[in-house]
Parts: sequence; structure tokens; C-alpha cells
Amino acid sequence: MAEIVLDGVGKRFPDGTVAVHDMDLTIADGEFIILVGPSGCGKSTTLNMIAGLEDITTGELRIDGERVNERAPRDRDIAMVFQSYALYPHMTVRENIGFPLRLAKVDKAEADKKVAEVSQLLDLDELLDRRPANLSGGQRQRVAMGRAIVRDPKAFLMDEPLSNLDAKLRVQMRTMISRLQNRLGTTTVYVTHDQTEAMTLGDRIVLMRKGVVQQVGSPEDLYEHPHNLFVAGFIGSPSMNFLPARVTGDGLDTVIGAIPLLDRMRVALSEHGDPTEVILGIRPEAFADAQLVRDRGVQDQDRYCTFGGHVDVLESLGAEKFAYISLDEAGAIQSEHLAEAFQGNLASSKEVQLVARLDAQSRVREGEDMDLDFDPADIHLFEPDSGLNITENVARTP
Amino acid sequence: MSKAKAAAVSEGRRAERRLGWWLCAPAALVMLLVTGWPIVYSVLLSLQRYDLRFPADKAWIGLTNYGTVLTSGFWWQAFGVTLLITVASVLLELVLGMAIAVVMYRTIMGRGLIRTVVLIPYGIVTVAAAYGWKYAWTPGTGWLAGMLPDGTAPLTQHWPAIGIIILAEVWKTTPFMALLLMAGLALVPEDALKAASMDGASAWQRFRMITLPLMKPAILAALLFRSLDAFRIFDNIYVLTNGAQNTSSVSVIAYHNLIGGLNLGIGSTMSVLIFIAVAIIAFVFVKVLGTSTPGSGGRR
Amino acid sequence: MAVTGAQKGRWGLINLLVLLYALVPVVWIASLSFKTPASITDGSFVPHQWTLDNYKGIFRNDDFTRGLVNSIGIGLISTLIAIVIGTMAAYAIARLDFPGKSLMLGVSLLIAMFPQISLVTPLFQIERSIGLFNTWPGLILPYITFALPLTIYTLSTFFKEIPWDLEKAAKMDGATAFQAFRMVIVPLATPGVVTTAILAFIVCWNDFLFSISLTSSSAARTAPATISFFTGSSQFEDPTGSIAAAAVVITIPIVIFVLLFQRRIVSGLTSGAVKG
Repeated sequence: MAEIVLDGVGKRFPDGTVAVHDMDLTIADGEFIILVGPSGCGKSTTLNMIAGLEDITTGELRIDGERVNERAPRDRDIAMVFQSYALYPHMTVRENIGFPLRLAKVDKAEADKKVAEVSQLLDLDELLDRRPANLSGGQRQRVAMGRAIVRDPKAFLMDEPLSNLDAKLRVQMRTMISRLQNRLGTTTVYVTHDQTEAMTLGDRIVLMRKGVVQQVGSPEDLYEHPHNLFVAGFIGSPSMNFLPARVTGDGLDTVIGAIPLLDRMRVALSEHGDPTEVILGIRPEAFADAQLVRDRGVQDQDRYCTFGGHVDVLESLGAEKFAYISLDEAGAIQSEHLAEAFQGNLASSKEVQLVARLDAQSRVREGEDMDLDFDPADIHLFEPDSGLNITENVARTP
Repeated sequence: MSKAKAAAVSEGRRAERRLGWWLCAPAALVMLLVTGWPIVYSVLLSLQRYDLRFPADKAWIGLTNYGTVLTSGFWWQAFGVTLLITVASVLLELVLGMAIAVVMYRTIMGRGLIRTVVLIPYGIVTVAAAYGWKYAWTPGTGWLAGMLPDGTAPLTQHWPAIGIIILAEVWKTTPFMALLLMAGLALVPEDALKAASMDGASAWQRFRMITLPLMKPAILAALLFRSLDAFRIFDNIYVLTNGAQNTSSVSVIAYHNLIGGLNLGIGSTMSVLIFIAVAIIAFVFVKVLGTSTPGSGGRR
Repeated sequence: MAVTGAQKGRWGLINLLVLLYALVPVVWIASLSFKTPASITDGSFVPHQWTLDNYKGIFRNDDFTRGLVNSIGIGLISTLIAIVIGTMAAYAIARLDFPGKSLMLGVSLLIAMFPQISLVTPLFQIERSIGLFNTWPGLILPYITFALPLTIYTLSTFFKEIPWDLEKAAKMDGATAFQAFRMVIVPLATPGVVTTAILAFIVCWNDFLFSISLTSSSAARTAPATISFFTGSSQFEDPTGSIAAAAVVITIPIVIFVLLFQRRIVSGLTSGAVKG
């Protein structure tokens, strides 16, 4: 059990590129923390620096208050699960799990007992005499986990441990890891590029981009109060919709009509120097089928904004429906902050496309026009140049 | 990692470089000593009149030796024979090797047995195999000679002898070619072949339009290796004819010049010329045909 | 895909052709070695009278036994040295980043394609002047040189296939650098090293040109060169039987290697060449 402190930890390569900018982070004892971001954001380098597999160029890394920058991995008492699992192909499952104990010169009987315990826990007892080559992906993953937990380390480091599994298994293993961490209560640092994994697993999320931490916080925090465009675009699936907006005397002028500004947003805008152009962000789940809202007689519906659009594609997932809506007159947003968040998947077409997440009851059909409602309290406003969220602290909390 | 200090990155990198150099040093030294120095030395020798039978006549004579060799009928005869053997045997090996590669790759039974047995010609000592072929074609002794009309001794006639030399060379080295080609076959994705057959390609069309183009790098690399190897042919000719009936390769006449003639000047000149010829062949493959040599690619 | 009887028959026939191709010349020379002097010129593919005299004869021949000893000794020493220094270089090439790496690979490739005859004349003269002519070291040196490129290429491909993560994983599991090497890397590298050693040994064992050029007596002459000097026990006796028997004897060790390590030899031979 340990507290891990990154005090201005940074990584600069000899050719001058900076993989990780001075990073400050305190990981509490027993915390499950996720490092997430697009590839090349420095999350794996950070993990490797904590592991001791990569040198720290600047700053100090402390585990339980002790500086460990100069310590070899073996002297840090940390276990790691690799993306490739890194199982030793020439050893059986039993030998793989027992390897750290063998290195630590643990008494044979004691080691056997521990291996048995762990394999029981991970449901591996049937497989102990097999070699890694004869295991399925999920089984290999569990062996890698077993090898990490067998010696009761101070902390677990996991480097995209689920990314080599198929979708269904990934969900299962996600739950297993979550349960295991709850049960063992060991400090865990988990690296992933998948925002869903990040949202579901962690106590706190560290979202990184180009070696710089964008935001640290609970999953809800990042979802509800994204610090900037990048965070807003990265967290949430489908991603937040973004539209250009002009600030007028009455409110906002956008392609989905005029939107009244709430007082707290006006205040926030004036604190940011009253910009005239902003980027409006609104999550797919903030939209509702206007027909449905009317039929159900939802309270307060008169303060909702309504606009019409054409449903290009409708994806029905059973419990919900995703409607892809195109708006005629447009002006798409060009922002490097967004391009990175979408990892190149940003539609480049001139016309604006919105995604709305609708109730399964909605009777909207593909190829038809529809009306959409949204609550103006659900919008986020961003500065176009810096990408900062003007409304970070005023967005409503449901 | 434990050596890491705050500013240890560049230090660590320098240490890595040093380690790399130290680890390579012995191998580099041996290769340089045993090839580099002799190459320089043979260039020097080739500029001298130096016959071990007449050591007193030793003198620097510039390029005279090159003139002597390049105007010699024997040299050009040997050069032509060497080229002929190289081209003919490599082409035959390519065709035969491809066939064997396909059999090894596709056969539905006894795959292990086939792959093992095919390695035997590769493993056999060239000289041993050459004696086998020599006796097989020796009148009276040989089972192959026995099938020929009485009184024919193929190894004593120019063209039949060349043919037998090519046969011996092809037999011995085709398995190696086949192995390289089989590895190339394994690089052709099964799905591409399936897609082609869905698109209506016949077996031959699939081979010609999918398999061959995808295998091109493997084929060129195999051809490069084998051409350079065939060009230095020595063992087979030494045993089969020892150069009689104008069947000498350049290696064989260079050898006879040295051991029989003890003429270091002329022998070295031939060495240098052979080296240049090999370099030209390699150059043609790499630059003109675009063969990628192993390790020259971008892999780490 | 269901296999029909006809397909089986066709593949059986094709396989048979390949087997005949590989085996007939080998069987022929073996058959020759079992023939008696009287029947050796009968031209029959199978001996009518079997005898072991040819084998007994060559093992009574001191030159041949000496040649075998030379071949084995020189081959093993050359292979051992080539493997040791080749492993070092291959490890550096596969695992470390340093300037000159591609030069090292380039030089190896150059030597692999180098015409041996171009070295024979200068080496002949150099070795005579420094006293290495007709000695074991005189052959070991060129053998190492020509085994090295193969060793470096094959081993560095094998080494590249060992997953990097395993070394890291071992360190995370509490291993020292040396423990990670000994308990994880060595067991994984051993098959590659063994394969490469076999290939290097075959290269040395197969040499003929250096052996006939750089030796002048049975002091260092290897078996293949010795065979080419066979004249028969008396000048009236034809050496065919003895040569055939000797050829079989020097072929046997290689065939055994090939049979035992077929799979590995195939991967070793093709690893360097194809992946480029």
C-alpha cells in the first residue's frame, strides 16, 4: 500500500523532444487512477517512469515519501501488467505466477500456497501446468494479473491491459479488474486510450495530451466540467457536438437558432472579456425528440430551445437511438484542439452534423425531418483560440 | 536503470553506444583482419610482377597484369563459362525451386517428411555430392552413363560436361532456393488469394497476378544470393572436370594460377577482377532491380 | 476442404517426385560405397555384392582419419568462436542503438557474398609469411570470417523476435539485470543460438577451397580436401569405392543434424533472407 507522488516529473529525450512536461500528481494510497489520452500523449512514458523502466529527466518521484528516482524497478516493489501480457513463453502458468516469488527467494511451500491462492482468485487453477502458448487471450490476461498480485506489491501499474481482448471479454475483464482492485485495495495506475475504460474504472482520471496534463478529476468531473475543448471532445461517447456561435445582446446566434444565455453564463462570459465568437458545445444526450417531450408533457418544456433538422442516419441500439442530423447552412469549426480529441475523425465536410442520443421510444425515422429540444442550461461555451471552457464552473450539475 | 541520475539520459545513451561498439568490435576486427587486409594486399600484389618460382624478378609493373589477364583467351573463356553456369543454374533453380516450394507449402500429406528430406542436398558436402555425380556419369561405373549409348563419356566433352556441372550445382542448391521461396510464399496472405478467386481468377492467374508480385522481394533476394554464390563456383568443377575441356570457372583458373603456377601477381589480378565482377552483379541487383538486402530496410 | 482420393493420389505422386529428386543421388553414392572392387564398375544402381571393405579401408587410412579429426576440430573451434563473437554483435544490433550499426550489417553482407577465391591468393601469401600456412589457425581464421555474417544475421533476427517486454517484465517482477538475462533471455535465445551454431558448422564443414589452398599436408587438411587426394591403396586400385565411402562418412553428421533440427534449420536459413 502506498502513496505515489509525482513532483514536477518530466521526460525529455536527448533529441530535445519532450514526452512528458513537468507533471504534478499525488496518487492516494489505495486509489485507482487512470492515465488516459490519445496515442503519443505521454501516458505510457509516465507509467514507465513510475515503474523505473525509463529514466526521469526532471522532478522527483516519491513512493511513501521516499525519493525513488534512482531505484531500479526491483527496488520499488511495484508490479506491472503489460499490454502484451509479457508472459514468459518457456514457463508454465504456475512458474509464471511464481516467478516474482522465486526472485524474492520466498520459501517454496509459502510460494506454492500463494500461487494456489492467486490462481483460485483468478480462476486459473485448471490451467497451472499449461504454457502461455496454449492459453486464450483472456486466460493470458489473467495470468499476467496473477503474476502482478502474487507478491502483494505496493502498487499495480497496468499498461493498456485490455486492449488485446475482444469487445465482450474486455467488458468482463474490466469488471473483474474493478472488483479485484476494490478487494485488494492496492494503489493502481492504469493507462488506456479508451475513454470508456477510463470512465468506468477509475476513482480519478488524468487526461493527457502532448505530454501535458489537461485535467485531473473524477469521471463525473471531467464529464460535467471539462476544462477545455480537448477534454470535452475526448470524454463522452458519442462525443460532444460543437457549433460556432456569435454572442449577441439577447443570447447566442447559432445554426440551430437563437439560444438564450443564463445569467451565470453571462457572468462567466464577462469574466472572460466578453468574446463575440465562441464555440458552443452540447452533448448528444442533452437533445431530446421534441415530439416525445410534447407527448409526455414534460415540465418546464417552455424554456427548452427547439430546432429542426434532417435525420441522415438513425442507429437503434435497443435501449437508445442515435440520430445523425445534418443542418443545411453551416460553417464547420476548425480547431486543432478538436482535431486531436477526435484523433482525425472529425468530419471535414462543410456542413455541420450533430449527433443526438434519443429515447428508445422516439419514433423518428431515417430520411425524415425532426424537431429536437434541448435545455439551454446544458450548453458549454469555449474560447475558440485557447479552447478553454468559459462555463467550466457554471455548467449545471444534474 | 539504477545508474540513472538527473542528467543521466545522454549519459545512458552514450553508455549504450559504447556497449554496442564493444560488442561489435571483436566480430568487426576479425572480419576486417581476414578480408580487409588481404583485399588491400591483393590489390598491391596485382600491381607487381611476382612469380614464386622466380622471386628475383619481383617488380612493380603497374597495370600490366590486368592487361595480360584481360587479353587472355583463357580468362575470357572461363569468364564466359562462369557466366553461363551462373545464369543457367540460377534460372533452373528458380523454376525448380518454386515448384518445390509450392509442393512443400501446399502438400496435404507428409509435409514434415518432405521438408526434411529436401534439406538433405543442402546439407551434403559439395565435394561428396560432386563425386556422386562424377561416378554416375563415368562410363562403366555410373548408372546414368549406363543409360547413354556405349562409348560416350560426357565428362570428357565440353557441352555435356558443362551440363553436368550445372546439374550438380542445381541439385545441391535448389533446396536452399526453395526454402527462401517458401518463406516468401508464407508472406502471401491467404485472404488475398481467396479474394482473387472470388473475383474470378484461375489458379494460374492467382499465382501470376497475386502470388508472384507479392513474392517479388523474396524472389529477388534469393536470386541475388544464389547468383553471387553461383558465380564463385569451384568445388563442383574441381571434382567433376578440374577445368578440362574448357570448363574452368574464374575461381578454378585463379586457383590453378596460384597453386599450379605460383604466380601471385596474375593470381591476385584475377582475384581483384572476380571481386569487381561480383560487386557489379550485386550492384545490378540492388540498384537496377531494386532488391532489398536483408537489414537494409527500416526495421529497427 | 474435403480431400478426395484423387487429390491424395496426385499429391502422393508429386511428393514422390520430390523425394526421388532429393534422395536418388544420395542413395547412389551410398550404394557405390558398398560395392566390392570387382563389381564397382558394373554400373548398377544397387550393389550386387555388398561389402564394408571400403569403410574399413578408409578408417585404416591415417590421412583420412587425420582429415576427419581436422575437420571436426577446426569446425568446432571456428563455430564456437564465431558464435561467441557473433552473438555479441547480433545482440548489439538487435537490442542497442548505436551509430555504425548499419555499417556493421553492410560489411557482414558484403563478406557473405564475397568470392572466397579473391581471398585465397593473398591469404596464401600472408599465411606463408607469418607461419599460419598449413596450420589449424590458418583455416580457423577464414572459417570464422565466413561463418560470422551468417551468425550475425541469423542471430540478430532471432534476437529481434524475443519480445522486449519480457526483460522489462522480469525487472518489474524483481529481477536484477543479470537475472533477467539468465532466467528469461537466455532460455529464449538458446534455440536460436543452437540453430545458428549448426548452420555455421555446416559452412565450415562444407569448405573445400580454403582447405586445399591453405594446407600442404594432412597436418591441417580437412576431410573434403583429403578425399580429393585419395589415390587408392595401391596405384593399380581404383579409389572410387574409398571416395564413395568417405563421402558418405562426411555426409552423415550433417544429415543427422538436418534430420534432428529440420524445423529450426529452415527458420534459421530463411530468417535473415526474407524479412528484409
